Amino acid sequence: MENLLSIVTFIPLLAAAILALFLRGDDASAQRNAKWVAMIATVATFLVSLFILAEFDPSNTGFQFVEERAWIAGLTYKMGVDGISVLFVMLTTFLMPLVIWSAWNVETRVKEYMIAFLLLETLMLGVFMALDLVLFYVFFEAGLIPMFLIIGIWGGANRIYAAFKFFLYTFLGSVLMLAAMVAMYADAGTTDIPTLLTHSFGTETFSILGIQVVGGMQTLLFLAFFASFAVKMPMWPVHTWLPDAHVQAPTAGSVVLAAILLKMGGYGFLRFSLPMFPVGSYVMSDLVLWMSAIAIVYTSLVAMVQEDMKKLIAYSSVAHMGYVTMGIFAVNQQGIDGAIFQMLSHGFISGALFLCVGVIYDRMHTREIDAYGGLVNRMPAYALIFMFFTMANVGLPGTSGFVGEFLTLMGTFQANTWVAAIATTGVIFSAAYALWLYRRVVMGDLIKESLKSITDMTGREKMIFAPLVVMTILLGVYPSLATDIIGPSVGALVEHFNHSVDASGLVVVSEVVETAAH
Amino acid sequence: MISSDIQTVLPEIVIAVYAMLALLGAVYTTKDKAAPFLTWLTAGLFAAVAFWIAVNGSGTNVAFSGSFVDDAFSRFAKVVILLSAAAVLVMSQDYMARRDLARFEYPLLIALAAVGMMVMVSAGDLMALYMGLELQSLALYVVASLRRDSIKSTEAGLKYFVLGALSSGLLLYGASLTYGFAGTTLFSGIIEATHDGVSLGLLFGLVFLISGFAFKVSAAPFHMWTPDVYEGSPTPVTAFFATAPKVAAMGLFARVVFDAFGHVVGDWQQIVAFLSVVSMFLGALAAIGQKNIKRLMAYSSIAHMGFAMMGLAAGSAFGVQAMLIYLAIYVTMNIGTFAFILSMEKNGAPVTEIAALNQYAKKEPLKALAVLVLMFSLAGVPPMVGFMGKLYVLRAAYDAGLAWLVIAGLFASVIGAFYYLRIVYFMYFGKEGDGIETNMAPTAWAMLMGSALIMVVGIVNLFGIEPLAAAAAQTLVNY
Repeated sequence: MENLLSIVTFIPLLAAAILALFLRGDDASAQRNAKWVAMIATVATFLVSLFILAEFDPSNTGFQFVEERAWIAGLTYKMGVDGISVLFVMLTTFLMPLVIWSAWNVETRVKEYMIAFLLLETLMLGVFMALDLVLFYVFFEAGLIPMFLIIGIWGGANRIYAAFKFFLYTFLGSVLMLAAMVAMYADAGTTDIPTLLTHSFGTETFSILGIQVVGGMQTLLFLAFFASFAVKMPMWPVHTWLPDAHVQAPTAGSVVLAAILLKMGGYGFLRFSLPMFPVGSYVMSDLVLWMSAIAIVYTSLVAMVQEDMKKLIAYSSVAHMGYVTMGIFAVNQQGIDGAIFQMLSHGFISGALFLCVGVIYDRMHTREIDAYGGLVNRMPAYALIFMFFTMANVGLPGTSGFVGEFLTLMGTFQANTWVAAIATTGVIFSAAYALWLYRRVVMGDLIKESLKSITDMTGREKMIFAPLVVMTILLGVYPSLATDIIGPSVGALVEHFNHSVDASGLVVVSEVVETAAH
Repeated sequence: MISSDIQTVLPEIVIAVYAMLALLGAVYTTKDKAAPFLTWLTAGLFAAVAFWIAVNGSGTNVAFSGSFVDDAFSRFAKVVILLSAAAVLVMSQDYMARRDLARFEYPLLIALAAVGMMVMVSAGDLMALYMGLELQSLALYVVASLRRDSIKSTEAGLKYFVLGALSSGLLLYGASLTYGFAGTTLFSGIIEATHDGVSLGLLFGLVFLISGFAFKVSAAPFHMWTPDVYEGSPTPVTAFFATAPKVAAMGLFARVVFDAFGHVVGDWQQIVAFLSVVSMFLGALAAIGQKNIKRLMAYSSIAHMGFAMMGLAAGSAFGVQAMLIYLAIYVTMNIGTFAFILSMEKNGAPVTEIAALNQYAKKEPLKALAVLVLMFSLAGVPPMVGFMGKLYVLRAAYDAGLAWLVIAGLFASVIGAFYYLRIVYFMYFGKEGDGIETNMAPTAWAMLMGSALIMVVGIVNLFGIEPLAAAAAQTLVNY
């Protein structure tokens, strides 16, 4: 299986091509066929991707399953996974069948809908596997096109505004990354990521327009990549596209957005920012830590006053991504382990929460919190599942949410106590908005006339949640399942980072300056 | 001596003689009834000559004591010019017939313009340059007002003529200054005269020359004629304006600045970089408010010329290679897009309103998909090939130390993405409306689908144009 990664990546694309070329008509049977083709393709992708997990050797911190071919413009088509990326690949292949299943009762332009999601899966997998700068950029940016169409065609009332905002916001962020990539290509003479990981970019301080740039080129490159990944994450204050996109996107689109697309930002920090620009990251890490702390507190407070369920969960996603950036820029084993763990766990939990909203939206066609209340009376199964994921979102011990938050906070505490202290209040806030949401929607008496005939979840809906529940509990009680795979690669990353920062002499200099100032 | 000179310019002579013979023949026999046949014949001749040049040409041949140069650079440009002209002729055949525009002069004027363009990219002398340029321009002034009974079309022709004459004047003034201070009109002589830098007079000459070229490539701030001429001309003529003449003008631009002023890159680099950045931003910003798709494409072409000039501004062989690849990709995208624009109609009358595309995707999913691919490619979003063109010029500019230009270009491309997305928005998420019909002749359909397919498949392999463009750039920048 030399081409295992390419096979996994391009199965969905192949299925999309089959749908596009051979499926005709728009009647019920054609729609059913489209769904089944998409379902079979995503399940097959997941099954084949299990081979990656089975043959992956966690103790090897280098890239595995590497494949390399000449490509256009002097670039290479190079794919591979390491401990940091392999679980994101698995997360994607695991969630996509559920996403397709959740879209089972879509009726408009079904074929195109399925093609869009299949394309998106190929592109997302490509992002996590690409080992060439430009190849990464191609996958990273191309994902905007299907998502733009998913929001624009199948979205809610204000979908056009949301689609344009999503596209232009993220496009603006990533062109700066493209500029940085061009600069890296010129500096290192290659776009090969493993080679770039060992290349040290300049750290000489210089001034641009009279401003001293400490960390030199690395800081500039860091900022350019930061612009892209911070928008994608999204970090405060460039998160404003996310609530709009989430609210307007169809349920399946929201799930993909929250569960997988947001992880590209965090993955990018770990793949590019920390190892390639360690000095730049070191210079900027305090800023990022504080931005994360602000994000956690501010967006949690904003979440509390939302009247739209999806918007509330979207803001809660921003807050949870705050833990991720905080853990990453603490740059120690616990912090980064926790950040990756938090991203995986958030993939399951936020995906499930958006599905929960989708369940009642399908019945009532509104996401207003005020339109609901007392659902437990008619929807006991729903109440149970929604409660489980609400608790997981809050970070209840025993669920995966707790492990991620705890590890990132522990890592951050070692790096910056104040940031950790402020971020910890976010744990309380998250309990406040999540439980309050739950109370308003599910608890109490069923007094609204429109809800009197609402029906509980169907078998299909329950089945979709089952794997998510299992994963949330499994990772909650046995986190080593993930951290054993992540650990060695993260360890190597942290060691490389500390070594580079020490070698740059920047630490010593700043200490000298401090003692001189005293 | 003379026989080898004739040998070198044989492709140009063949097309020129063909144009004159066909003109005489058609005048004295069937006149406009021969238009379809002549269109096909001209397109076939273009393709055959392009094939001949591509296969047969080798090395660098100089004719007429240096005033005509046939090298890998000119051959690359000529093949792109001829093939795009042939494609535009073929796909507009149906439009011309249905809109009562099937005149036999049209393919023959295009053939004369093509000869002019071929001379432009092969010019080795200021005289040859001007001859080629004027032959091309005069033919184009006429075809712009091809629809003689339409005020808009005649206005377009007149506007183009007056402003074109002004730009020719600027160019001639620059040429005379250059001649006066360098003592020769031969590029090979000028480059010797500028070996140790340029005098003030030569610098003025250079600036006026560049202003003239900027008019021809419709680079801001010399772009004013473009939207009006694009809008007023019959659509097939607009499609032609947007493709082959752009390649020829950029080719000529590159030839003059490298062959004649190659030693003083620093003196023109700033000007070209300025033209580039202004064009990119003007093209991106001014297109936002456009409601007419032809005007929008005019601004889009201004922005794209800005990007092509970014490659030129790099002032290196790699920059020229990037520019050539960018132009080849740009021409391919535009042929597909105009194949679609040509077919837009409602109740038998042509439509150019963007808003008329409402919910087009529901009616014609396949064509809408092809246009979607082309729009994203024009916007430079990966994985479409338009992105690869952008990447090339960005790299060239960065390598030349123009990091600010790279960043400016990227911001302009984000602004520009908005109006391409707007077309996608109308096609896919627009309100329900009357909609349009797009009846396409098989040729136009093939152009649209082929160009969209190239934009997608090209990300795997650029069809081997990279080494060709590299070889072409190598012959031009060889000091």
